[in-house]
Amino acid sequence: MNIVVCVKQVPDTATERKLRSDDKTLDRDAADGVINELCEYAVEEALLLKEAHGGEVTVLTMGPDKASDTIRKALAMGADKAVHLVDDALHGSDALGTSHAMAQALKKIGFDLVILGSESTDARTGVLAAMLAERLGVPQLTFAKKVEVGKGTITVQRVTDYGYDKVEASLPAVVSVVEKINEPRYPSFKGIMAAKKKPVEKLGVADAGIDASQVGLANSWSEVVDFAAAPPRAAGTIVKDEGDGGAKAAEFLASKKFV
Amino acid sequence: MSVERVLPRPEAHDLMDLVRDLVGKEVAPRASADESAGRFPREVFTTLGRAGLLGLPYPEEHGGAAQPYEVYLQVIEELAAGWLAVGLGLSVHTLSCFPVAAYGSAAQRAELLPDMLGGELLGAYCLSEPHSGSDAAALTTRAVRGEDGYTVDGVKAWITHGGVADFYTLMARTSDDGARGISCFHVPAATPGLSSAAPEKKMGMRSSPTAQVRFDGARLAPEALLGAEGEGFRIAMAALDGGRLGIAACAVGVAQAALDAATAYAKERRQFGSRLVDFQGLSFLLADMATQLAAARALYLDAARARDAGRPYGTQAAMAKLFATDMCMKVTTDAVQVLGGYGYVEDFPVERYMREAKVLQIVEGTNQVQRLVIGRALAR
Ligand SMILES: Cc1cc2nc3c(=O)[nH]c(=O)nc-3n(C[C@H](O)[C@H](O)[C@H](O)COP(=O)(O)OP(=O)(O)OC[C@H]3O[C@@H](n4cnc5c(N)ncnc54)[C@H](O)[C@@H]3O)c2cc1C
Ligand SMILES: Cc1cc2nc3c(=O)[nH]c(=O)nc-3n(C[C@H](O)[C@H](O)[C@H](O)COP(=O)(O)OP(=O)(O)OC[C@H]3O[C@@H](n4cnc5c(N)ncnc54)[C@H](O)[C@@H]3O)c2cc1C
Repeated sequence: MNIVVCVKQVPDTATERKLRSDDKTLDRDAADGVINELCEYAVEEALLLKEAHGGEVTVLTMGPDKASDTIRKALAMGADKAVHLVDDALHGSDALGTSHAMAQALKKIGFDLVILGSESTDARTGVLAAMLAERLGVPQLTFAKKVEVGKGTITVQRVTDYGYDKVEASLPAVVSVVEKINEPRYPSFKGIMAAKKKPVEKLGVADAGIDASQVGLANSWSEVVDFAAAPPRAAGTIVKDEGDGGAKAAEFLASKKFV
Repeated sequence: MSVERVLPRPEAHDLMDLVRDLVGKEVAPRASADESAGRFPREVFTTLGRAGLLGLPYPEEHGGAAQPYEVYLQVIEELAAGWLAVGLGLSVHTLSCFPVAAYGSAAQRAELLPDMLGGELLGAYCLSEPHSGSDAAALTTRAVRGEDGYTVDGVKAWITHGGVADFYTLMARTSDDGARGISCFHVPAATPGLSSAAPEKKMGMRSSPTAQVRFDGARLAPEALLGAEGEGFRIAMAALDGGRLGIAACAVGVAQAALDAATAYAKERRQFGSRLVDFQGLSFLLADMATQLAAARALYLDAARARDAGRPYGTQAAMAKLFATDMCMKVTTDAVQVLGGYGYVEDFPVERYMREAKVLQIVEGTNQVQRLVIGRALAR
């Protein structure tokens, strides 16, 4: 089974993250780039499926040159090879543009299964899995907390507000995972050394058959008009106990979907 | 801990990044609670093993990582800064593998090392006995050769990982010829006749089990013998030369953790309207701590480079162990002083560092014994 894991490099959540004042895109020089946390779970799941069913795991990343650090990390964990979509023309792509570019790359690579994180920690649109599945014309199984692969089929437990749904589809398919799914491994020192020798193919817009008029900042359907620093935390809600304090507290928790 | 390290190869930086990641996420966060509870963190060693850290200075052909001591020891230092029980545990494990790696036959190395270095097994080193500590050559545990191997009787004392190890590297007497009557053996933990007592109740490093290990008619195959009969004491001392550098690295790690904690505190805490760090009296204390620490690190790295270059290094190893562990005792004591009353309670880690430092002046040759080694070299 050939699995492609989509891995995104994001600014370290532990450092201060900024947008650029000139074109209102992410300031990638302002913070250390790290692997998006949920993408580690995606890589782990791909490796577990490979260990159980054989095949090959390919990492796909779209991002600037320095995203190659993130590719190395995924390769050190055990992925076999990588494709790095890198081209100045891709800078500033929105979710639609990104999904077009990545779908083209995925068609070129070929796959039985595509695995993504369910959300990134920077843009957090959480839509990429759905957009990719749509563009590739294959089923989408999102928010998976458990994945099982059978003969030409895939079954997942899809996390919902009330528990989980059991969803089944035929392969090829696109899956996005949540952190409940597994415990990502640390790369081993040998894995780190081996990763240096694994093949990483760099693809530009033309190589991947990407339509240049659908990607980049200028061609984005959505536009960041303005932005501001997040306001400091608002004061909490105080429940005054007038005999019905317990009920009010429970109501509040229920409204936030905690209970 | 964020020490700027000069490392000999680019791959060593990758290794150090991996180690810092592991220390930050898997080691340091649980140190304090596990030490209070006296819990041995076997899973942490499994995690380190899977990351490939349990065979760093040994050849790749047997599952090691072929790292020079200069790099291996800095890994120990980082781990010990996070948690001494783990840094010292890794050092003792590496020490326990040395006799097979350096004195085992080709067959023994091929048979034993892949598992010993592979990450799933943990080793222990059995030299000391209740009545034979500094005078190690006075040991009385006996291995009697019979037709189909050896029968071992005796008691080993103070054994790190006693009761939790998967294999024991044992020094036992095969003849009455003093130091020349000692031999070295590889003993799997499951060997019938091998048992361990309850762990000692220690002042610090409580998560690292230290226990007596008994041998009651334990039967060993002839292939358990490492090197020649009578070569055991020489093997034990050669192993300790490397082990002492491991202890020196542990001392530097613990001292670094103490300095970091003391410095951070002195920048926050205000008295008489100023930060503590702005009182010259206190900043001079910190300056001395930092200087002694840097000197100790330079000393153990110098000895390590001599070893990596294939030069004799036993005397430098003794100097590094002596200087680094005395430094660690002083620096951790001063760190408690910097925090005042807050340094004396478990809410801050420095009292733990001070308790941990003490053991480093005792293990793998007391600091008196290190002076003996250095003095003898001068007298030669
Ligand atoms: C602060 C900020 C705000 C933004 N707001 C918008 C917006 O409102 N609308 C919009 O259309 N775009 C927006 N973008 C652009 C957005 O970054 C891109 O559209 C992006 O590629 C969409 O990904 P996501 O991170 O939201 O994906 P998500 O769907 O949140 O990510 C899920 C998974 O998709 C995969 N993935 C995502 N990106 C990549 C990649 N580059 N390479 C490999 N795998 C990847 C990973 O597996 C990831 O775990 C914004 C960007 C930033 C930095
Ligand atoms: C936590 C811990 C873990 C240990 N782990 C191991 C292990 O894994 N394997 C192992 O084999 N051993 C281990 N040991 C044992 C350790 O190596 C011994 O405790 C050490 O060698 C000292 O021996 P001793 O305790 O018998 O003290 P003694 O030898 O009785 O020494 C008592 C004091 O006399 C001094 N002294 C002795 N002889 C001289 C001399 N000639 N000149 C001047 N002063 C002298 C010593 O320096 C010391 O101060 C461990 C000990 C501890 C506390």
